[in-house]
Amino acid sequence: MGSNMAECHPVGFQWVMEAKAKGARVIHVDPRFTRTSALADTFVPIRAGSDIAFLGAVVNHILSTGREFREYVAAYTNAATIVDEGFRDTEDLDGLFSGWDPEKHAYDPASWQYEGMPAAPSAGHRETTPKGEAHGYGARLRSGDPPATDPALEHPRCVFQILKRHFARYTPEVVEQVCGVPAERFLEVAEALCDNSGRARTTAICYAVGWTQHSVGVQYIRTAAIIQLLLGNIGRPGGGIMALRGHASIQGSTDIPTLYNILPGYLPMPHAERHPTLAAYIDTNTAPAGFWGHAGAYTVSLLKAFFGENAQPDNDFCYDHLPFITGDHSTYRTILDMADGKVQGFFVVGENPAVGSANGRLHRLAMAKLDWLVVRDLVEVETATFWKDGPEVASGELRTEDVGTEVFFLPAAAHTEKDGTFTNTQRMLQWHHKAVEPQGDCRSELSFYWHLGRIIREKLAASTEARDRPVLDLAWDYPVSGPQAEPSAEHVLREINGLDAEGRTVSGYTELRDDGTTACGCWIYSGCYAGEVNQAARRRPGWEQSWVAPEWGWAWPANRRILYNRASADPEGRPWSERKAYVWWDGERWTGHDVPDFVVDKAPGYVPAEGAAAEAAHRGDEPFVMQTDGRGWLYAPTGLLDGPLPAHYEPDESPFDNPLYGQESNPARQYHRHRLNPRNRKGAEFPYVMTTYRLTEQHTAGGMSRFLPHLAELQPAMFCEVSPALAAERGLENGGWATIRTTRATIEARVLVTDRVPPVVVQGRTLHQVGLPWHWGWKGLSTGDAANDLFGLALDPNVHIQEVKAATCDIRPGRRIR
Amino acid sequence: MGFFTDTSVCIGCKACEVACKEWNGVPSDGLDFLGSSYDNTGALGASTWRHVAFVEQQVDTGVRWLMSSDVCKHCTHAACLDVCPTGALFRTEFETVVVQSDVCNGCGYCVPACPFGVIDRREDDGRVWKCTLCYDRLKSDLTPACAKACPTESIQFGPVDELGERAARRLGTLASAGVPGARLYGADEGDGVGGTGAFFLLLDQPEVYGLPPDPVVTTRDLPAMWRTAAAAAVTLAGVVVAAVFGGRRR
Repeated sequence: MGSNMAECHPVGFQWVMEAKAKGARVIHVDPRFTRTSALADTFVPIRAGSDIAFLGAVVNHILSTGREFREYVAAYTNAATIVDEGFRDTEDLDGLFSGWDPEKHAYDPASWQYEGMPAAPSAGHRETTPKGEAHGYGARLRSGDPPATDPALEHPRCVFQILKRHFARYTPEVVEQVCGVPAERFLEVAEALCDNSGRARTTAICYAVGWTQHSVGVQYIRTAAIIQLLLGNIGRPGGGIMALRGHASIQGSTDIPTLYNILPGYLPMPHAERHPTLAAYIDTNTAPAGFWGHAGAYTVSLLKAFFGENAQPDNDFCYDHLPFITGDHSTYRTILDMADGKVQGFFVVGENPAVGSANGRLHRLAMAKLDWLVVRDLVEVETATFWKDGPEVASGELRTEDVGTEVFFLPAAAHTEKDGTFTNTQRMLQWHHKAVEPQGDCRSELSFYWHLGRIIREKLAASTEARDRPVLDLAWDYPVSGPQAEPSAEHVLREINGLDAEGRTVSGYTELRDDGTTACGCWIYSGCYAGEVNQAARRRPGWEQSWVAPEWGWAWPANRRILYNRASADPEGRPWSERKAYVWWDGERWTGHDVPDFVVDKAPGYVPAEGAAAEAAHRGDEPFVMQTDGRGWLYAPTGLLDGPLPAHYEPDESPFDNPLYGQESNPARQYHRHRLNPRNRKGAEFPYVMTTYRLTEQHTAGGMSRFLPHLAELQPAMFCEVSPALAAERGLENGGWATIRTTRATIEARVLVTDRVPPVVVQGRTLHQVGLPWHWGWKGLSTGDAANDLFGLALDPNVHIQEVKAATCDIRPGRRIR
Repeated sequence: MGFFTDTSVCIGCKACEVACKEWNGVPSDGLDFLGSSYDNTGALGASTWRHVAFVEQQVDTGVRWLMSSDVCKHCTHAACLDVCPTGALFRTEFETVVVQSDVCNGCGYCVPACPFGVIDRREDDGRVWKCTLCYDRLKSDLTPACAKACPTESIQFGPVDELGERAARRLGTLASAGVPGARLYGADEGDGVGGTGAFFLLLDQPEVYGLPPDPVVTTRDLPAMWRTAAAAAVTLAGVVVAAVFGGRRR
């Protein structure tokens, strides 16, 4: 669900095909019948933007028919944990959880907590965790145990019972009403998931941006996590939730982030108010139990990697040199500020926001307000030329001579022209070797940023200004080689791995210290260069090693291929079944096919001593080693801004009312009110739902495909996909032209009439959905209007991602007016 | 050597089309939106040596979307080779059929001779072009580009007899799984072209994919035609002789 894996991840899909050949059943639930559906055993069409209703009904089906993997759920999840008596569910408040502040337009999550014990999330918004009395949030946590549980799962405020009540209204009939999926088709899928889970069988769920790009996207994935925990499909071979990432190394770009709110290894970016000092930062981010208990070691080692010898205990290891955030500085917030003239300069690297981001017009007009813009790409993409040939120039809204933005276009080297790693969806680093030197002025990103830093540092060398210290104190000592003075990527990987006081590589993050004796560029990657060997470059063929293939590349953390794999054994440490044996206790240590995700000599019966901290504070039967309570979270007491449980909300723009609650859409969603970001009204003006997607033949915003003849010719024109019924209703002709309109923009596209985009019947009404691939822009060989121009900025509050998988539109025959 | 294309696992990614063009330096075929499902290539031709067909069907269970990567069949009895007057078309040591572009004089006799409509003349240089089964790669012991790029092993490369066995096994698997309409195409040595070096597992009638249901080597009847022509010539000569000499007798 939420993924068109065959088209968008065809190379990864070979393993789905292999599993299918071995007897796996492939089920595809999607608004469109895609190339993935064509290869699936079962296809279920669904209304775009309604997946939580479908998944929530799966949860209800599991719970109401008693199909949960009871021993797994009781032992490894927080099902038994008792929640604070102040908590009120959407059942009580008609679609809101307790803590909603209509003034601030945000939740106070205090009432969502466990009874008597605030727990910390392993990821997400840690600032939502209330502080304990003495220090940090773990003041009252001892021995890693939640303070109150009911192992029988019967206490009315235990998570299991809350879950049952919360999802009780998600019935097959609701699925029919909300998703347009007939009850029997839904039940077929729900039963298949249950039948294929348990001791001897596991089920995997794959998703991609079809789930994330919603105003309630994070909760889509939370619902899947609840299903997988209830069915015992986490930490076990053949189970899990696969996040299929959009680019070759998008996973890498969150691990070592290009995001504003995290540092490498998911350490939060320091906040000006919450983390004024290093001590405050470490205190807030150190969990009382689990591996986040060593946040100090990870942080100090990172500072040592950044600032080298300049980072010393007496200057807080240069903590003050880090950037501090004060609020939302995400991409779209920044673009809106840019449109209002508050942003002067902008780097765009490997992105093409002029056509590739939601509300393209906003982006183009915003960039026209900049003083300067740097675009680094393989070809001169639309973002580099909007000021002279963009749609606003054609319409006369923007006059080139009035645009003050100075644009620097810098040609980039391709992956074949540089060394480095890709981190794939399985968290696996794979090294790629430079095949040829980049031509002309093309340079790798590594080269560009290193030399940029070098030149800035040379210019500032004589400065005595305090503001220049962060740049001057950087450890900027990478060896270079070759005609273009290319910095060594292997040297960088070695620094990411981490070094001890003697400058030797450490073997993993457990060796990192908070006293400044170790340096590490990203703690979760520690071990990728263990033993002075580039572990990511290993290429031992599968047939020469075990089926887990640990010597192909290197997966974080610790070359572990499945996270939380302690859960593949029962509480006593025995495999749940012979068929699914993966990691087990052999009487003395944890062993098995993979690197155990557990302290290797911690016995299943281990009970933490009084005052134990970090991983020692978890019992021997608590597999979720990154969580303070060691449990998989069916219910998230903290970390999310829009509720501890998922609830179905309508997309920000929907032709329908929410039949489940009075609360229409995700109350916490972000909708930036701005003159350039208008919203479609509900009603007859925009009767259809549109959804965007990619095609195999083109690549994202087109920079790598529209300019190449062999790819451009395969999908040579922007098109829309409509059903024969919609074509008849609106007079659209196959192969002809259509105009698609929202309050943001009007675009044109060729028409592809197909039975693969079926209308769905929702709340007794037939709904037509319009399919829009988003690869096009006005440059290159294959040109066309950009689908993203149609969308507004309605965002998920947790991750600020745009809702481009479901919004409303109108469609008419013919070309747009010029 | 040859290809077995198992269309039951084809995901329509067109990696074969792209890999073929990249390796063989085949130029673009034009930016035409055909409005024919996801097929904007249309057919095999001088600048398209692999072509993925997309067939959308309405079936009992909803929609079915067939995808199949087509290619030169490298026929056992290859008419193109029979009619080539220059010897540009030849059968290689791998039992494949290849055009030598430096020998081809562009006469075009092979174009109508091909029962599959594969070989084609390029407008700008007049010569004919088609799949070489990556003759240069084969000579270096490499897998042809399309088979190498195929992510799902829909395109398999190897000795034809071995591929034939694999295809038969696969057909058996699909039959026992109850997949309707599965059949092999081109694997029968008794067919009109003596079997093909590139054969297919299809999920419907060949016509559905744009393939001729019963291809016959167009030169099959040539010997008989020549014999008939010779007999006719002899008869005609006899008649002429008889007419001339008979007349003199009078």
